[in-house]
Amino acid sequence: MPMSRTDKANTFWSYANPKKFLATTERMLPVLWVLAFACLAIGLVWGFFFTPDDYRQGSTVKIIYLHVPSALMAINTWLMMLVTSLIWLIRRHHVSALAARAAAPVGIAFTLIALVTGAIWGQPMWGTWWAWDPRLTSFLILFLFYLGYVALWEAIDDPDTAADLTSVLCLVGSVFALLSRYAVNFWNQGLHQGASLSLDKETNVADVFYQPLLVAIAGFVLLFVALVFYRTGTEIRARRIKALLARERAQEGMGR
Amino acid sequence: MIALLLRDLRLAFRAGGGFGLGLAFFLIVTVLVPFSVGPQSDLLATIAPGVLWLGALLACLLSLDRLLALDWEDGSLDLLATAPLPLEATVSVKALAHWITTGLPLVLAAPVLGVLLNLPGPGFSWLLVSLLLGTPALSVIGTFGAALTVGLKRGGLLLSLLVLPLYVPTLIFGAEVARRGAVGMETSTPLLLLAGITAGAVALLPFASAAVLRVNLR
Repeated sequence: MPMSRTDKANTFWSYANPKKFLATTERMLPVLWVLAFACLAIGLVWGFFFTPDDYRQGSTVKIIYLHVPSALMAINTWLMMLVTSLIWLIRRHHVSALAARAAAPVGIAFTLIALVTGAIWGQPMWGTWWAWDPRLTSFLILFLFYLGYVALWEAIDDPDTAADLTSVLCLVGSVFALLSRYAVNFWNQGLHQGASLSLDKETNVADVFYQPLLVAIAGFVLLFVALVFYRTGTEIRARRIKALLARERAQEGMGR
Repeated sequence: MIALLLRDLRLAFRAGGGFGLGLAFFLIVTVLVPFSVGPQSDLLATIAPGVLWLGALLACLLSLDRLLALDWEDGSLDLLATAPLPLEATVSVKALAHWITTGLPLVLAAPVLGVLLNLPGPGFSWLLVSLLLGTPALSVIGTFGAALTVGLKRGGLLLSLLVLPLYVPTLIFGAEVARRGAVGMETSTPLLLLAGITAGAVALLPFASAAVLRVNLR
């Protein structure tokens, strides 16, 4: 890179400084919250009340506005955790590790929403709450991965050790999650329809459903970003408090 | 390396070393299955490959928390980490010792238990082959899980939670080989995929295990 070391310009990496991260995200958060809820409100209201019923599925098709965005974000959250874990392992930026930690419960929530709305949708459509279909099964496995990841964070006291171990788990887990995805495809052909969204327009959902769906997805993405910024800020502050308390104790010890 | 392997094997075979724990568990699971699902021999024949694979996997899981924890408690793991042998080799040897003391007995016991579950004739050789190919992956993946949780008090439950999703691909392909073999179907595709998973895990996971072990020994 042709950048000198003294160049402190607005590079992406300057946000590794927790102070700068907090300052920037705090300015961005109100905007993000408003945008997220606006998009969610528009997308969901548009989707629920101003789109026609599907000719085969009736009104149950409207679950799509919750189901597809949350499923999409459940996977993207793991990808984001993978990237931030890599950044932590390679560049040792604490904010990155904390962001991964902050994102995991959000990912669990998205995975749960996708699974539950899927079950509610599957009951009238397939006549069953649950089937061992490849997509459903992979989501269940993804859910287990999230649980293990969060449990490992909680189990270890030393924050740096926890960050290291969970990062490696995230890397290894990603490889195995991918393997599992193809393994379950091989294992059982499913009921689930193919991708609802793809660049290949042929298989997409119809346009009337497509546009509000895109708005709802934008809402979920913005909500995710806002939640992660917010939670990362909380993690940073929690760690600061811990450091301050430790310093206080150390000084007390010296004074005695 | 060989000295370490022999030491681990000797420790495992000694009284209280945990050898036979997995085997006993495997035996219990397979003996109890007919009581829970009923004695119809055709039903048992259908589920036998899956039950045997699941039993082997759970027996393997059961023995994982002893894999590194005992060495951690008495401090020999610290000595091993400072030994001239690279930690990657150490964890590989540990995984190999675990396989010899847990995986291999399970593989050898599986056909005998297959008789109890009325496993169809052609299923025996495929069950043996699939377990022989798959259990090394279980040991190596388990070593990674054990290395992750070695410093924790009561890490056993967490270890199971972490390792469970990692075991899924191996279980799917392994049980698929045994199932297809039992009904006389073509088995080469899942067999190759199972072999691929095992080869990949044996080649790459020791690096991850050694990395997390270094973090834990810091």
